[in-house]
Amino acid sequence: MKSQTLSGPFSVMVHKEMADHIRSWRFIVLIGLIILTFVASMYVSLGNIRSAMGNANDPDRSFLYLKLLTITDNSTPPFHVFLSFLAPLLGISLGFDAVNSEQNSGTLTRLLAQPIYRDNLLLAKFVSALIMVSILFLVLALLMTGGGLVLTGVRMEPQELLRILGFLVICVVYVGFWLSLSIVLSIRFRQAATSALTAVGIWLFFTVFYQIVINLLIRSFLPDPSFLTQDQILRYNELILDILRIAPNQLYTDASTTMLMPSVRSLSPMTMEQMAGAIPAPLPFRESLMIVWPQVSALIGATVACFALSYYLFMRREIRS
Amino acid sequence: MKDPIIRLKGLTKCYGPQKAVDNLSLDIYKGEIFGLLGPNGAGKTTTILMMLGLTDPTSGSAFVCGHNATNNPISVKRKVGYMPDSLGFYDNMTALENLMYIARLNGLDEKEIMKRTAETMEIVGLSSALHKKTSTFSRGMKQRLGLADVLIKQPDVIILDEPTLGIDPSGVREFLTLIKRLSKEQELTVLLSSHHLHHVQQVCDRVGIFVKGKLLAQGNIDTLSGNLFSHEAHVVSFTLADVIPQPCSLQQELEQWESVKQISINKKTIEFECKQVITPALVRFFVEKGYDILGVHQKDYGLDEIYQKYFEDIN
Repeated sequence: MKSQTLSGPFSVMVHKEMADHIRSWRFIVLIGLIILTFVASMYVSLGNIRSAMGNANDPDRSFLYLKLLTITDNSTPPFHVFLSFLAPLLGISLGFDAVNSEQNSGTLTRLLAQPIYRDNLLLAKFVSALIMVSILFLVLALLMTGGGLVLTGVRMEPQELLRILGFLVICVVYVGFWLSLSIVLSIRFRQAATSALTAVGIWLFFTVFYQIVINLLIRSFLPDPSFLTQDQILRYNELILDILRIAPNQLYTDASTTMLMPSVRSLSPMTMEQMAGAIPAPLPFRESLMIVWPQVSALIGATVACFALSYYLFMRREIRS
Repeated sequence: MKDPIIRLKGLTKCYGPQKAVDNLSLDIYKGEIFGLLGPNGAGKTTTILMMLGLTDPTSGSAFVCGHNATNNPISVKRKVGYMPDSLGFYDNMTALENLMYIARLNGLDEKEIMKRTAETMEIVGLSSALHKKTSTFSRGMKQRLGLADVLIKQPDVIILDEPTLGIDPSGVREFLTLIKRLSKEQELTVLLSSHHLHHVQQVCDRVGIFVKGKLLAQGNIDTLSGNLFSHEAHVVSFTLADVIPQPCSLQQELEQWESVKQISINKKTIEFECKQVITPALVRFFVEKGYDILGVHQKDYGLDEIYQKYFEDIN
């Protein structure tokens, strides 16, 4: 009885939010955009698949389906790079007016006068959007593999399936981060336009300016490389990479690249000694997972932090329209 | 005495240095219609929000239906229907969908929902607009839908914040009659806030006058006016058919009456201030003198005067 009364309103809210998303023009436009990206990158990669599979120097050449997601002839970026731009847009546009539009239209007061927990409202907004995104990505992945099977007739390795699913999980987590960030902003700002603009600003900062700013700062602090030993240069490189990894899109790119390219062995620079005995060969799934684990947990951590902030802002706030 | 269904004790809410609600204590009993009357910005809405746990009091406590609204808002909200002053509905949904959503959030049984929504829409008189989008609704219709929204959960207490705001006069009358009827039929306790004196006067059993965060007086309208104006004179005015031929002599004659304090004669009208109610005697007097009386008006004190009086006191 108790659990029913707790989960009842929550699932009702999730249902309603999902219905709203499905019917909204915004979501249709976003789906259109992502499907277009998907089709374009699939078209390009299918055109180049023959040469990629025949490239004997590539240790990943046996993974047809992973190749489909990653190869390109440089006319368009591959799908996973495209997504690193589009996924934030998806998250932001699904979340930027989550709370403030309800507040401005006066439905928030009415809603919160019902016997529901406040956090359930936030959670419902978050979960419903995330479910939509997961379904969208899952459908795309299944379309891709299904299409690939029909077109090429090549058997799919279990490892490939796992990697593609892992890639999807990383995508969903990445969207989830931007979603929770934009929900925070939608609580903080009363105007939907302000919160959307702020979210887009943060996104632009991380994709475009963050690297430039870091480069500028590092260059002014870094001693002249010609006076440094090999070891020190390596350490500085590592430091720069670590700082760059504060940016969520860097985390996402690292993680998705490792997932989709089994031959990626490390995300930090390696010394000659480390490379010496290595045979360029694909890593097993578990090893790749170990490499991306820090990235994924950082993304999840950032998402949870944003979500905690939104709780903090929303729980004791006065609801007045 | 019955236990109060709403009990506010020393409720205080500060916004920075400003006190929106100042040490408010109030008991409201079951089945009552209580009117919270005050000008804009008196702290009415803030008080209501505190009763529902939508904002936290700086100090003091609010008990509604036996639950503390600050610590346990969910159980309070199960029993209380609240209609905010600026009502909003999901514009892309129909009236029925809006109502069903609220019904589901209240955990009503799925089978019961259809029946109950239809009934409720019937009560508020919106059966014909069930499948219209709420974006097409007029203010009055939204208000009715808001009431349906409140009633669907079958509450013990309903709180209406400025329910008559922005509806036309006939709409207001219908709305208030509806509230009164429902309160009697379903034994609802109603708390309504308003700055419209007459609306409150029409329906409320008891009234609390609320100015600048303080509850200045409470009671029914008779006691309020009794408290305020008991020491003041009774005022009666007569309207006659013809202009009084000799006002001075009449005035002198009447001034000899013991209970008459003051007379003012202005062509066809005479106004008396008396110590007691002597209206019948005055009527008899005029009839004997051969004046044709068109109207007698004994002034009683409505909320207008009460309100005015309190405002004078506070300003």
